[in-house]
Amino acid sequence: MSAILFDRIDEPGLNDIAVYEKRGGYEALKKALTVPTAGIIEELKASGLRGRGGAGFPLGTKASFIPTADIDKYLVCNADESEPGTFKDRELMQKNPHLLIEGMIIAAYAVGANRSFIYIRGEYELQANILEEAIAQAKASGYIGENILGSGFSLDLVLHRGAGAYICGEETGLLDSLEGKRGNPRLKPPFPANQGLFQGPTLINNVETLATIPPILRMGGSEYAKLGVENSAGTKLVSISGNVQRPGNYEIELGMSSRDIIYGLAGGPDEGRTVKFWFPGGSSSPVLTADDLDLAYDFDTLAKAGTMLGSGAIIVVDDTNSVVDVALTLASFYKHESCGKCTPCREGTTWTVKMLQRIQDGEATPMDLDIISSVQEQIIGNCLCVLGDAMAMPVSSLVTKFRAEFEEHIEAARERNGLGMTPPPASEEPALSL
Amino acid sequence: MTEVTRFTHGSRIPGWDDAVDPDKAPAPVPDAATTPVPAELRQEIEAEMAKYPVSRSALIPALHAAQRVHGWCSPEAIEQVATVMGITPGEVAAVATFYDMFETKPVGRQTIYVCTNISCSLRGGDKILAAMKAAAEGDADFNIRGFECLGACDMAPMASVNGDFVGPLEPADCAQIVSDLKGGLEVIPSKQLRARPCADPAGNVAVTSNEGGQS
Repeated sequence: MSAILFDRIDEPGLNDIAVYEKRGGYEALKKALTVPTAGIIEELKASGLRGRGGAGFPLGTKASFIPTADIDKYLVCNADESEPGTFKDRELMQKNPHLLIEGMIIAAYAVGANRSFIYIRGEYELQANILEEAIAQAKASGYIGENILGSGFSLDLVLHRGAGAYICGEETGLLDSLEGKRGNPRLKPPFPANQGLFQGPTLINNVETLATIPPILRMGGSEYAKLGVENSAGTKLVSISGNVQRPGNYEIELGMSSRDIIYGLAGGPDEGRTVKFWFPGGSSSPVLTADDLDLAYDFDTLAKAGTMLGSGAIIVVDDTNSVVDVALTLASFYKHESCGKCTPCREGTTWTVKMLQRIQDGEATPMDLDIISSVQEQIIGNCLCVLGDAMAMPVSSLVTKFRAEFEEHIEAARERNGLGMTPPPASEEPALSL
Repeated sequence: MTEVTRFTHGSRIPGWDDAVDPDKAPAPVPDAATTPVPAELRQEIEAEMAKYPVSRSALIPALHAAQRVHGWCSPEAIEQVATVMGITPGEVAAVATFYDMFETKPVGRQTIYVCTNISCSLRGGDKILAAMKAAAEGDADFNIRGFECLGACDMAPMASVNGDFVGPLEPADCAQIVSDLKGGLEVIPSKQLRARPCADPAGNVAVTSNEGGQS
C-alpha cells in the first residue's frame, strides 16, 4: 500500500502552497468545481469513508443529510483533537495543511456551505500558526473567497482557536464553544446537519476525514473503497503511544492485524516486557488484552470484540504498570473534563475517582469494585453526550478484566495501612451472642 | 431539624466559595465611555468580531488577546472584553472560568504545561512535573501546571513550554528548560516538536519527480 495521507509528509516546504501545487495539490478542487454537487456526494458515498474522529459515521451519508435549500449553511472542521492518545491530526495539520484546506473547500462546495471554520484546540499553537499562513496563501491564490476559480461558489474560512477543554471535541459542545459560550453539549436531535452552528445546517467532520476527500476524488470513490476491508474502507492514521519502542503516527490499511501494528510498526514494549492491555481507540475505548492482539484493526472487528476503533489511537500498557494507577489516571481526567451539565456524568466521574482513590489509599474493600461497576452502568447512555460513557466503558472493562489484580491491590494496600484483612461477607460472619 | 452543611466537599468551579453579595444586581454591559481599553487590544478584538456572522463567537479569541495583555483574565481584562464586545462581564467570566488555558488567578508569565495524562504518565510524566516544579521552585515568574493530554503522546513524557512542545523529557531536562527560559533562549531545540520527523517510514519516502499525483 502506498501512503495516501502521509505521502511524502516530511517533504521540506510542503506547508507552502507552491510545493503542494507542484505535487498535484488543488487539482481535485479544480475538478470538483466542474461537477454538480450531488456527484461529489455520490463519490464520497462510493468511497465508503467512515468518519475518522471517533464515531465512524459514513461521510457521504452525513453530507447527504444537509438540506439542499439555499440557506446559510456551515462547514466545521473538528481539530480539537483532545482524546488522550490521539495526535494524528496534529501531524497532518502541521506538515500538510493545504490537504485539509483543499478537502474543506470541496466539502463546503458539495453541501453548499459558504462559511467554514476550523476549530483547533488552543494548545496547538504551532499548528494554528501554520494553518493561518496556509489559509492566507489559499486566499491569495483564489481558492478561498468570492467566486472561487470562476465557479460562482464563494467560501470564507476562519481558523478558530479553542482554549483547553476536552468536551469541545464533542460536536455540539464544539458548536457552543464556537458560538462564544461554555462548551456544553446540546440535546440531540436536532442534529447539527439540521440545526448546528448559529442554528443553521452544519456539516462537522474531523481533520483526517476532510483531508481524505482530495485523494478520494483523485482516485475515484470506488477505487478508494477497494482499500481496506468490508465496511472499513481505506487507510487510517493510527497514533501509537504508551509502552512501545517507536511511538508515533502510522498510516495503515484498515483490517491490518493489531499485532503487526503494535509490534511490527511500533516495535512493541521494551525488551523483556509484555503487553498487559491496550486501548484500541483512545482512552475512551474499552481495553483489550494480550489475547486480543491478533484481532484485525477495523471498525467491525473491534466492535464485535466489545470495544471500538474510535479515533485510531492505540495506547499500550505493559506488565510493569498497575491497573489501579491507570484506572485512576483515566477517571481523574474525565472528572476534570466533565462539563457538569448532566448529573450521571458529573457525579459519576467524581465518585469513581473517590472510590479508586480509596482503593489506592487502602481504605476500600472488594465490595467497592461492585459499586464502581454499578456506577459505570448508570452513567452509560444517560447523558447528553458520551463523555461520561467515555470514562465508564474503559473503567468497567478494567474492573471486569483485571478484577483479581484490583482485589489483590485492595488487600495489599489495607495491609500496608494496618487495616488488616478485608472483613468477610456478611453471611459468613459469626452470629453475635447477646 | 439539623442543618445540612452544603458544599463541604468543595466544588470544581474556581471561585465558588468567594464571598458574594446576594443583594448586588448583576453587572450591566460596561459603559465604553468610562472603561478605558488599550487601543491595540480593542483593535484586535474588533478584528476577531468581524470574522464571524455573530460577533459573540469572538469571545474565546478575545480572551486569549486580553490574557496576553494582562497576564491573566483579571477582572479588569474581563471588563475590557465585555466593553468591546457589548456583553456583560458575567457572560465573559462564565466562559473564562470554563477553559483550562484561561488563568483566573494571577500567574507567572512563563507558562509550562506538563502532560500528566495516560500516555505520558506511563512514561514518567508525573516525575517530570515534580522535577519541573522543583527546578522553578520559588520563582514567581513561572506558571507550572500538570495538564491534560496535549496531543503529543509520541514524544511522551512531554511539556508545552510557552506553547512550544518539547519531549521526550528526562527529569534532568527540566532544570535546562527553566534556565533556558530565564536566559531568554529557545528551549532544547533538538527536542522540539517542529524538529520531529514522522514515525511512519512510508511518510519519509524520498521525493520522486516522475509522478504528478499525490496518491
